[in-house]
Amino acid sequence: MPDETKKTRTSAGKNNADKASDRKASAAKGRRLRQRPKGKIGEVWVVIECEGEVAARVSWELLGVARSLAADLGSRPAAVILGIEDQCQELSRQSFEHGATAAYVADHPALVPFITEPHCQVLAALARKHSPEVILLGATTRGRDLASAVATEMETGLTADCTALEIDPESLLLRQTRPAFGGNIMATIITPGHRPQMATVRPGVFPLPETVAGATGEVIVSKPRLAAQQPVRQLEFITNPEEEVALQGANVVVSGGRGMRQLKNFDMLEELARELGGVVGASRGAVDAGWVSQRRQVGQTGQTVRPALYIAVGISGAIQHLAGMQHSDMILAINSDPTAPIFDIADYGIVGDLFEVVPALIAEVKKRKAAAAKGGGAAAKGGSEAAASSEKAAGAETATAGSEKTATATKNGDSETVTTS
Amino acid sequence: MAIHSVICVKQVPDTTQVRIDPDTGSLIRQGIPSVINPFDLHAVEAALKFREEQGEGGSITVISMGPPQAEETLRKVLGFGVDRAILLTDRAFAGADTLATTHALAAAIRKIAAAEPVDLVICGKQSIDGDTGQVGPGLAHRLGMSQVTYICGLVGIDPEAGVIRAWRQLEKGRELLEAKLPAALTITENCNRIRYASLPDLIAAADKPVEVWTVDDIEVDRTKLGLKGSPTRVNKIFAPPVRERGEVLVAAESSAADAAAKVMDRLTEQGLEMGLAG
Repeated sequence: MPDETKKTRTSAGKNNADKASDRKASAAKGRRLRQRPKGKIGEVWVVIECEGEVAARVSWELLGVARSLAADLGSRPAAVILGIEDQCQELSRQSFEHGATAAYVADHPALVPFITEPHCQVLAALARKHSPEVILLGATTRGRDLASAVATEMETGLTADCTALEIDPESLLLRQTRPAFGGNIMATIITPGHRPQMATVRPGVFPLPETVAGATGEVIVSKPRLAAQQPVRQLEFITNPEEEVALQGANVVVSGGRGMRQLKNFDMLEELARELGGVVGASRGAVDAGWVSQRRQVGQTGQTVRPALYIAVGISGAIQHLAGMQHSDMILAINSDPTAPIFDIADYGIVGDLFEVVPALIAEVKKRKAAAAKGGGAAAKGGSEAAASSEKAAGAETATAGSEKTATATKNGDSETVTTS
Repeated sequence: MAIHSVICVKQVPDTTQVRIDPDTGSLIRQGIPSVINPFDLHAVEAALKFREEQGEGGSITVISMGPPQAEETLRKVLGFGVDRAILLTDRAFAGADTLATTHALAAAIRKIAAAEPVDLVICGKQSIDGDTGQVGPGLAHRLGMSQVTYICGLVGIDPEAGVIRAWRQLEKGRELLEAKLPAALTITENCNRIRYASLPDLIAAADKPVEVWTVDDIEVDRTKLGLKGSPTRVNKIFAPPVRERGEVLVAAESSAADAAAKVMDRLTEQGLEMGLAG
């Protein structure tokens, strides 16, 4: 169990009955939430998932959400970083830049590489000591795995794969909205009587928060005592090829479905994606057909993406696929079947033979790029374009990680109402 | 090494037609055709494989918590040559969330283990109705077993060392883990191919009983079960928000090139930056 060596907060000992009466009093006076006295309500924690000093993008997305939830609770957003010393320092710095105002840091050699049990012990002990109101984790393999163990250890509620989170202004409960039954229904889940309220959130559902360079916050360090020998150990780790992990954070995703008919037809999607500075994804149909790796699958059982532009080629638009791409800023659908459900959610659609339409799009993009290069200030602009494109080629993920998307949202107002208010 | 595996399976609705009990906020499962959760079949396959690899003396128990009609699902699993099937069914379990489910299942697995020690608890990676993937790891933690989730490849059991080795799929790669037995595993669809049930196994299954256990058969704190033992509540259920249909061009009416040009015009108007994108 972690043994605190530095600062502790004064509010940690507040019991639930006190909190409940505080809430009632607050509601009776009709005060605005953010005017509540500080320290009455537990914090909103985000567990930072990391490999070395690189955090999973979803952890930063969650800090953006945590900031807004904490504001509504009159509390503060905090990052929880479990790892080894230098890594913790660097990640807490980055957490502050992404909106955390506090960082709980626990370092111990048994925490790297990630193994569920020691992480569960440390996180549960921290939560018992500091009584956070909310704990958020990415709905990644490790995030879902760890969250389940911690919720079981703490005998509290856990809601998986949330796509919206908001604080109920009356009860101050976290309203956790998630798809169920393959995306056919949405359910809002609450955890009324247990703390912390825990949720995992799918990567790509929320935008990255704006970063504030040089931002700082309180660091609360603990030195956990953990057994050197754990029942599970990592023997080997194999990183995916770079191209396969670029789906998250890509600015443009060009996905193919069953309509692509065969593997070699994906070459033209690769070309279109390359011309647009994007990456190729796929529907489950294309993955099941064996044309594309499952790592590129977009949808309920694949990844959730939120690019500036999503191009669905030969994808009918099953609800399971829509679950993974409907938060894209713009959607272009290309399909020969005018009744394909994908057209119901696309901003732009082309009904036609994809084997004619895709080459036509490639030609059109090339034409426009050539024209742009020739146009006013061609020399200077051409230079910066080359720089931008080589940066992207070097690592699509890192190139876009901190920057704003190049296209503006057209319909996000509808789909993303709850967290940013 | 004779391995005793316990497989957890769930009966799930076959259709997307789901009804909600407006009073409790729970799902009404009656009247909806049901199937075995597809991911659980990969758990069954994994258990069968272990039994084959480890030779004589191994056994497999399958357990399901659900309504009486979940017996069908257990019968199907018996058809693969599984040795014993237990249906955990009682009104006391109704409306359970994942936490309450792990209380009931863990108590049942402890009872199974008291008679015959359990080396492995094997679950599918998640159910297709709830999609949470929380029961498998929850059971691992509650039972104090090594927790290995989202397995994409099983290397095998090393009986000498008392460990199991498995590949686990992560977002940025995959890792080979070694876990001390007993262990609780969750299995993904990439882990194995499901076999067809053999005729002799199917015939043998017809004579095998499905044991029915109620809350009286397990040692458990009843306040932790069912809806009242569930920390989460369904507050609201609604249809997913839909994006509005946009502008659809028919390529056949003009030409593919015209349609492409028109769409690129629109995308550029909406802020797609062609110059920087390439």
